[in-house]
Amino acid sequence: MTVGKDVSALFPDVVNCMQTDNLELKKLVYLYLMNYAKSQPDMAIMAVNTFVKDCEDPNPLIRALAVRTMGCIRVDKITEYLCEPLRKCLKDEDPYVRKTAAVCVAKLHDINAQLVEDQGFLDTLKDLISDSNPMVVANAVAALSEIAESHPSSNLLDLNPQSINKLLTALNECTEWGQIFILDCLANYMPKDDREAQSICERVTPRLSHANSAVVLSAVKVLMKFMEMLSKDLDYYGTLLKKLAPPLVTLLSAEPELQYVALRNINLIVQKRPEILKHEMKVFFVKYNDPIYVKLEKLDIMIRLASQANIAQVLAELKEYATEVDVDFVRKAVRAIGRCAIKVEQSAERCVSTLLDLIQTKVNYVVQEAIVVIKDIFRKYPNKYESVIATLCENLDSLDEPEARAAMIWIVGEYAERIDNADELLESFLEGFHDESTQVQLQLLTAIVKLFLKKPTETQELVQQVLSLATQDSDNPDLRDRGYIYWRLLSTDPVAAKEVVLAEKPLISEETDLIEPTLLDELICYIGTLASVYHKPPSAFVEGSRGVVHKSLPPRTGSSESAESPEAAPSAGQAAEQPAVIPAQGDLLGDLLNLDLGPPVSGPPLAASSVQMGAVDLLGGGLDSLMGDESEGLRSDVGGSPAVWLPAMKAKGLEISGTFSRQVDSISMDLVLTNKALQVMSDFAIQFNRNSFGLAPAAPLQVHAPLAPNQSVEISLPLNTVGSVMKMDPLNNLQVAVKNNIDVFYFSTLYPLHILFVEDGKMERQMFLATWKDIPNENEAQFQIKDCSLNADAVSSKLQGSNIFTIAKRNVEGQDMLYQSLKLTNGIWVLAELRIQPSNPSFTLSLKCRAPEVSQYVYQAYDAILKN
Amino acid sequence: MIGGLFIYNHKGEVLISRVYRDDIGRNAVDAFRVNVIHARQQVRSPVTNIARTSFFHVKRSNIWLAAVTKQNVNAAMVFEFLYKMCDVMTAYFGKISEENIKNNFVLIYELLDEILDFGYPQNSETGALKTFITQQGIKSQTKEEQSQITSQVTGQIGWRREGIKYRRNELFLDVLESVNLLMSPQGQVLSAHVSGRVVMKSYLSGMPECKFGMNDKIVIEKQGKGTADETGKSGKQSIAIDDCTFHQCVRLSKFDSERSISFIPPDGEFELMRYRTTKDIILPFRVIPLVREVGRTKLEVKVVIKSNFKPSLLAQKIEVRIPTPLNTSGVQVICMKGKAKYKASENAIVWKIKRMAGMKESQISAEIELLPTNDKKKWARPPISMNFEVPFAPSGLKVRYLKVFEPKLNYSDHDVIKWSSSTFREHLPGPSTQIDRPCGSSGSRLSCLCSVTTHAATEVQNQGTSTIKLLFCWCLTTCIIS
Repeated sequence: MTVGKDVSALFPDVVNCMQTDNLELKKLVYLYLMNYAKSQPDMAIMAVNTFVKDCEDPNPLIRALAVRTMGCIRVDKITEYLCEPLRKCLKDEDPYVRKTAAVCVAKLHDINAQLVEDQGFLDTLKDLISDSNPMVVANAVAALSEIAESHPSSNLLDLNPQSINKLLTALNECTEWGQIFILDCLANYMPKDDREAQSICERVTPRLSHANSAVVLSAVKVLMKFMEMLSKDLDYYGTLLKKLAPPLVTLLSAEPELQYVALRNINLIVQKRPEILKHEMKVFFVKYNDPIYVKLEKLDIMIRLASQANIAQVLAELKEYATEVDVDFVRKAVRAIGRCAIKVEQSAERCVSTLLDLIQTKVNYVVQEAIVVIKDIFRKYPNKYESVIATLCENLDSLDEPEARAAMIWIVGEYAERIDNADELLESFLEGFHDESTQVQLQLLTAIVKLFLKKPTETQELVQQVLSLATQDSDNPDLRDRGYIYWRLLSTDPVAAKEVVLAEKPLISEETDLIEPTLLDELICYIGTLASVYHKPPSAFVEGSRGVVHKSLPPRTGSSESAESPEAAPSAGQAAEQPAVIPAQGDLLGDLLNLDLGPPVSGPPLAASSVQMGAVDLLGGGLDSLMGDESEGLRSDVGGSPAVWLPAMKAKGLEISGTFSRQVDSISMDLVLTNKALQVMSDFAIQFNRNSFGLAPAAPLQVHAPLAPNQSVEISLPLNTVGSVMKMDPLNNLQVAVKNNIDVFYFSTLYPLHILFVEDGKMERQMFLATWKDIPNENEAQFQIKDCSLNADAVSSKLQGSNIFTIAKRNVEGQDMLYQSLKLTNGIWVLAELRIQPSNPSFTLSLKCRAPEVSQYVYQAYDAILKN
Repeated sequence: MIGGLFIYNHKGEVLISRVYRDDIGRNAVDAFRVNVIHARQQVRSPVTNIARTSFFHVKRSNIWLAAVTKQNVNAAMVFEFLYKMCDVMTAYFGKISEENIKNNFVLIYELLDEILDFGYPQNSETGALKTFITQQGIKSQTKEEQSQITSQVTGQIGWRREGIKYRRNELFLDVLESVNLLMSPQGQVLSAHVSGRVVMKSYLSGMPECKFGMNDKIVIEKQGKGTADETGKSGKQSIAIDDCTFHQCVRLSKFDSERSISFIPPDGEFELMRYRTTKDIILPFRVIPLVREVGRTKLEVKVVIKSNFKPSLLAQKIEVRIPTPLNTSGVQVICMKGKAKYKASENAIVWKIKRMAGMKESQISAEIELLPTNDKKKWARPPISMNFEVPFAPSGLKVRYLKVFEPKLNYSDHDVIKWSSSTFREHLPGPSTQIDRPCGSSGSRLSCLCSVTTHAATEVQNQGTSTIKLLFCWCLTTCIIS
């Protein structure tokens, strides 16, 4: 606007014009401020007064203008003054001001997130979702979505059936843009069950008739996502599938740029649900006046939709395309013919003959493309179409692109025995060996070795020549290494060489160009957005923290709401969870604490820090009684260190402490029996009550000698899980009866769940994916593991020690995601996703299991293992 | 969301630059110019990613509009917004040209400020915008006026302001259809579909509630259930609509449940709906091109058109456009009917016929002299295209009624609803330049585009006082191509 000149020198003069009554002039002054305030922050302060005044102007347009502009001035000193006017404007009587203020909160958050939180603007913004004016609702939703994106863990967009209902109502009334904001937000919601999903779908479907393509695509996104939850037998599921097709086709009559966006998305949709568009092949036929980017995309989709039923039509089209003008398009069309051959077996023959026809045209790039795809066809259908090799060889001289040359050389090498003059052909390539690209060189080396293995007598010289070229004259390490390997192979064991080089190759399949399923699922969640245009997850092209939130199908983004991180576990648990470094010290501590035997001491063994011990000593029984109340809940957290299960007071002088442990395939209960009475104890026996996992002693309790007063004995009692089962509450509660010559004593204890994790708990990768999807979302639970400073590898090896197996590891934008599985003795599988951020000591654990009640205990096991 | 918006001229000079987000630096402006506008190879995607910054562009005549972002925005929305932006600018100052943009700097910045806030599109309806963004400056507004503006801008009916008054209430309706036809070399129809638009110009007072009805199969069948006799009769007349989309004034949920199209129209011209049909398309004309290459420098073209509708009907304003190769040096044309001319600037022979009755035939033959070239660039062989007006619609669409109801104002007897209908365009493949196809049907494939416009104006009978009902059954126009 200023023709590139810096006019910041005029700042004071311009600011003087601010108080004008002329709205146009005011707008221009504001525009000036937005552009130059940053370079003159001190002077910008002069404008604050006017802004504040304008925020109280009787004219709502001016109020909104002032608050909108203030948000755009990114000068700290100004933002401070913005808070009060913004607060007022958020509650303004005029909807125009409110909707502007809603967006302004997002602006402010971008400048100073802390300030927004401190000032409580987020709550006000949440209230605006219930506003009476649809546009205010839409802007509030947009602002909240954006803020929530930069705080993935926060519970900002607290979507629940009531708020969803409000959004759906506003959806019918607001502007096209507002509808997009709301639909995009809805797509992040996680319906509780299929019924809710269906009712949302029903209310979203009318949007498919909207004239704005973005509204349509966003609606498609919501439907595609929620469809995951609907059962396929449902009538409604079929209806929905049918309803999706026409709007998608209609998108193709929009402007070319939108067609492009639509086609990129359709490409994803046909991969996810091919049934939607399987009858609509014809609409993807290329039109004369389509821009090239639309043509190329259509071609891609045609191949995806190609099937036995429509292959004839597709081929006829592709053949036409191969005679078009645009080189890229022609190339792609030729490739597409090859892909059809690989995809639809019945059509292979026709495809090959079409390709031969095209080769006859002698158009250079067509011939080259055709040869590249014929190579693939040979690999898919070996020993079927080799008769065409002669035709291919005729065109040898016209090949000038590396890919085509490499393909041709591969063919010659692979079928050397059928080509009489194979050695001559290859020799001709060898002449210019050093001028070829690496791809061709490698292929030539391999082809000549193949030839040698097939016709050893005539080609000895040739193979020596190529090996010396590759190993001695080449600077390319790949080529050199391959050369040496062949050389060694050939010189040491030609038979082995034959087995290696001429081994049967795996068949190629059509799936090679499909998007990987997990990525596809993620991209489906991003329909309509840039991610779906690039076919890349947002993290691949978005900087910073935005877009890091990982989305996937079946939708799991909602888990952040269901995340009941066990904050309930008292903070005292932290202390209790700290493992005793040396068990002996724990015993010592236990002894110390138990000296007086005042109140029942069953406190957890504390970490042996001198400070704590001192404190314990000082407080004596007082602390013990304090902790005694809580100790019940804490015991279960203790994995490795013995806890007192049965205090001497309650058992006529017999004190039992113990732990559970698991060695390979066996569970044991390690007990310490201490006689604190004055008489000798003997005739020990033990029995378990029925429990959740059928734990039972595998052998009788054997105490060989009678236990003298003040003597203790350590016993390891082997356990099995074949006992009778009864569900306990808590799940890991175990009721034990111990008998001696004096009496029978009862106590209960909580065992850590990880003793039940079996060795064969490693799930197949595919199986894992399938199971993860299969388990309904409400079975997912999310927890935080705090204060753990291990890195992903350490975590994974540590967990592996307790039979929690890491199946896959992924790094998403600096975070490590571990996917793990474990199996309980009774055959329950638990799937876990552990998210580790390098900078953050707390990990996020998501658990999925068909029996969700175990999740809590698995989490405790995780926690105990990681902190041990 | 959108981080910034730039407008460039054809040289790549920035005309308008408005940055909404801090993450878009000043260098983004240059990045787009260097990598897209001045790119050596033509950019092959409307979305470009340069150094983690995404650029969306559309081109209007020789003006580039580019939206920039660094986030994962809704791409469809950005393009929709850019089109909308063009519409708004056109509504304010006419054609989008460098001169117009330069003359309207202030206005454009003002508009950009209003319709995009922090990268979020806001109300972009021209009707509403014009109430408070004017080139004259808003002077003394009363408080009521101000609140009226804001409530309209944010309200449920953002596209229409209150208190519109016309002395004469008028409503114009246009149905424009274009037929897309794809044929195999053997003349077999591979696919055909009609994409139609219903365009309305409304000059009505107050807040009129309109109801639009057409011969939609689903609706007719629904009604037919009640009166069984009629089904047979109306069965032929109704058409199956594959899909339709509506202007945002149409109540979509009502369409979804009852399939009735009801709306409060914006003031002025707007596109009420678009529809697509694939079944029972009537093709009013057949075009048979014959191309023969005589040596390397001569081409003989013969095109026959046959009208394929009832002899009593009349097609008008027929225009056939036959593309010629780029190296044409001269053309001699002979036609039986109408006038034909070679237009060198358009690389085409244009053949015009004023009117033609049904079941007739007419032909043109031309000799095209070619300059000998060694230019390897192949000629893209664009299709022959055709424009005409006929009194029926290829899709068979008919408007059954258009009811207007205004609760407060009673429209007077003078009120008028005017029909205008359709124009047709069709494209056929151009003459072949390849010698290996000596004669016969030129290209191996044909694709045609037709659009129909007919014009008819009718006075509307006024029934009662407040409802205007259309009794005139109105027809459209079509064409056939082969």
